[in-house]
Amino acid sequence: MNATLRNVVPEQELLRFYEQMFISREFEERCAEQYAKGNITGFLHLYSGQEAVAVGATAGLHRDDYILSAYREHAQAIVRGADPRRVMAELFGKSTGLCKGKGGSMHLFDPSLNFMGGYAIVGGQFPIAVGLAFASRYRGEDRITACFFGDGAVNQGTFHESLNWAQLWQLPVLFICENNFYGIGTEVHRSSALASIHKRTCGYDIPSEKVDGMDVIAVYRAVKYAAEKVRESGRPYFIEATTYRFRGHSMADPAKYRSAAEHDVWKARDPLPNFARKLLEDGIATRDVLDDIEAKCRQTVDEAVSFAEESPWPEDSAVWEDIYV
Amino acid sequence: MSEMTYRDAINLALKEEMRRDPSVFVLGEDVSLYEGSFKVTRGLLAEFGEERVRDTPISENTIIGVSVGAAMGGLRPVAELMTVNFALLAMDQIINHMAKIRYMFGGQTFLPMTIRMPGGGGSQLGAQHSQSLETYFMHCPGMHILYPATPADAKGLLKSAIRSNDPVIFLEHELLYNCKGEVPDDPDYVIPIGTAEVKRSGDQITIVAYARMTVLALEVAKLLESEGISCEVVDLMSLAPLDTETILTSVRKTGRAVVVDECWSTCGLGAEITSRIYTHCFDILKAPVKRESGLDVPMPYSRHIEKLCIPQVDTIVRAVREVMSGSY
Ligand SMILES: Cc1ncc(C[n+]2csc(CCOP(=O)(O)OP(=O)(O)O)c2C)c(N)n1
Ligand SMILES: [Mg+2]
Repeated sequence: MNATLRNVVPEQELLRFYEQMFISREFEERCAEQYAKGNITGFLHLYSGQEAVAVGATAGLHRDDYILSAYREHAQAIVRGADPRRVMAELFGKSTGLCKGKGGSMHLFDPSLNFMGGYAIVGGQFPIAVGLAFASRYRGEDRITACFFGDGAVNQGTFHESLNWAQLWQLPVLFICENNFYGIGTEVHRSSALASIHKRTCGYDIPSEKVDGMDVIAVYRAVKYAAEKVRESGRPYFIEATTYRFRGHSMADPAKYRSAAEHDVWKARDPLPNFARKLLEDGIATRDVLDDIEAKCRQTVDEAVSFAEESPWPEDSAVWEDIYV
Repeated sequence: MSEMTYRDAINLALKEEMRRDPSVFVLGEDVSLYEGSFKVTRGLLAEFGEERVRDTPISENTIIGVSVGAAMGGLRPVAELMTVNFALLAMDQIINHMAKIRYMFGGQTFLPMTIRMPGGGGSQLGAQHSQSLETYFMHCPGMHILYPATPADAKGLLKSAIRSNDPVIFLEHELLYNCKGEVPDDPDYVIPIGTAEVKRSGDQITIVAYARMTVLALEVAKLLESEGISCEVVDLMSLAPLDTETILTSVRKTGRAVVVDECWSTCGLGAEITSRIYTHCFDILKAPVKRESGLDVPMPYSRHIEKLCIPQVDTIVRAVREVMSGSY
């Protein structure tokens, strides 16, 4: 990122990036609070630290493009346009949730936004993404499929099978690896023989690129370019975005396997304050403008929490609904 | 005897068997440095080192395949699958390979390996993380399946599993990890594979259960005692081979039975047990056998409706009362 921000992205867009990153962070930190209160139960994997990836990448896609992800997907859904109230209600297990309280944190889904799901089986989303891309091409649609996943997922058979398949059938899939360097407590070089993940695509002749996932503009540019390539060529493309999660793997993980020094290095690269500083330095926003954005985000998340609190639980009969069409 | 949790009893069994036999080694996702996602392998890396306590990539099918190969090559692997749900990614190596190799090669080799996996529902983990898949394994010959209800059983059964020269699936219930109980200190305390145990004797009705369902059944038995209903609780411990004789002996004594399982009802383990009871005890049953099972639905996340999908103390109580008041 340098002083040419404006030349890359229109001002309004830049402010929107900030707003989306801010609400993502705010949403996650409030989730942590609600988890501590017992309003959110089960597994809760927070995205704090990785916001630049979801925001930059989503902006680089068309609204029609499909998005799939894993279980750390609240921000991806919200940035795509999911109503934060209904996302929070889902996390509370309320009937007003995105999936009527049946999915929970790891399983958000909103087909009206082409957000085709959060999956909790590591690597489960790869072949589904390939299938969606096949359906799009078959039906002559102009959309591509963006498939998010973590560094830990690349050692599943489905990863390799799906990369091969997407290239073989020439399908428009954009693979986006969020490399936060850990799969739970295992550092990437302890689970992958080739830790430089984007290089793995050479076996399938899929072009790939590595991008700084703490820099929203860099992610945006890389994804926009890649998405255009995929759309034009009808072939897969692969992006590795290096990033960091500021919290543990899930709420149950104190993350003792990472040193404070390592954490500090990444904290200094926190995409939020850094992007805010950039906006101020470039004269794109004043502190007042940013304050307004932040206040608005906080209010939205407040409303999401109240909405979730006040929403009704699913009826008992819901247990038997939605199994078959 | 020492009091310890189910988690610590499993941990102790692992340590004792690793001390006893240098060919025993542990592998799985996050089992080494992180000490297990449920902290069952705590202290193993420190005591036994990296060669014997191995972190693996997230590659379940290969975790099991590598274990099969290592077992064939003379080692005694204890693989951990982070949860039973991920065993579905390893079903090829489990069913097509591990369970077949000895038979299909005419008994010329054997696979002394154990697969540990936590499972069960009730923690609001949603449809992909709350499954009880014991029946999936039971359906397939060629491996033993153990599922302890208490810390002592966990220790004794896991030690038997690791010492066994046949492949063993060792299930652990996630909601039992923190439960405490007295555990024998004897480093040779083993419970033979294939034995069920009467965990409480009674003479009016038999409750057949396993793992967490045994814990609930014992609560039910205690509750109903005050109403004058005397329940006998048979804890299966070993799902394969099933100790049919212990079940039948109890039912012949009481003449009534409730069978409790946590898995989906259709073709579930309760169906198999009920069928064995009917086959052998039809003429002496005083009332139809009743089954309490998981509902035939994917597990919903939301806590109140999740509860409806798994047998609870009150639903088992209701089933027992029904059978007590029933007749032919
Ligand atoms: C098939 C399967 N195996 C294991 C797990 C348990 N598990 C959940 S998340 C995770 C680590 C994944 O790491 P990564 O892909 O890097 O994603 P991150 O959590 O860093 O976002 C593991 C092993 C799982 N959910 N599914
Ligand atoms: Mg990761």
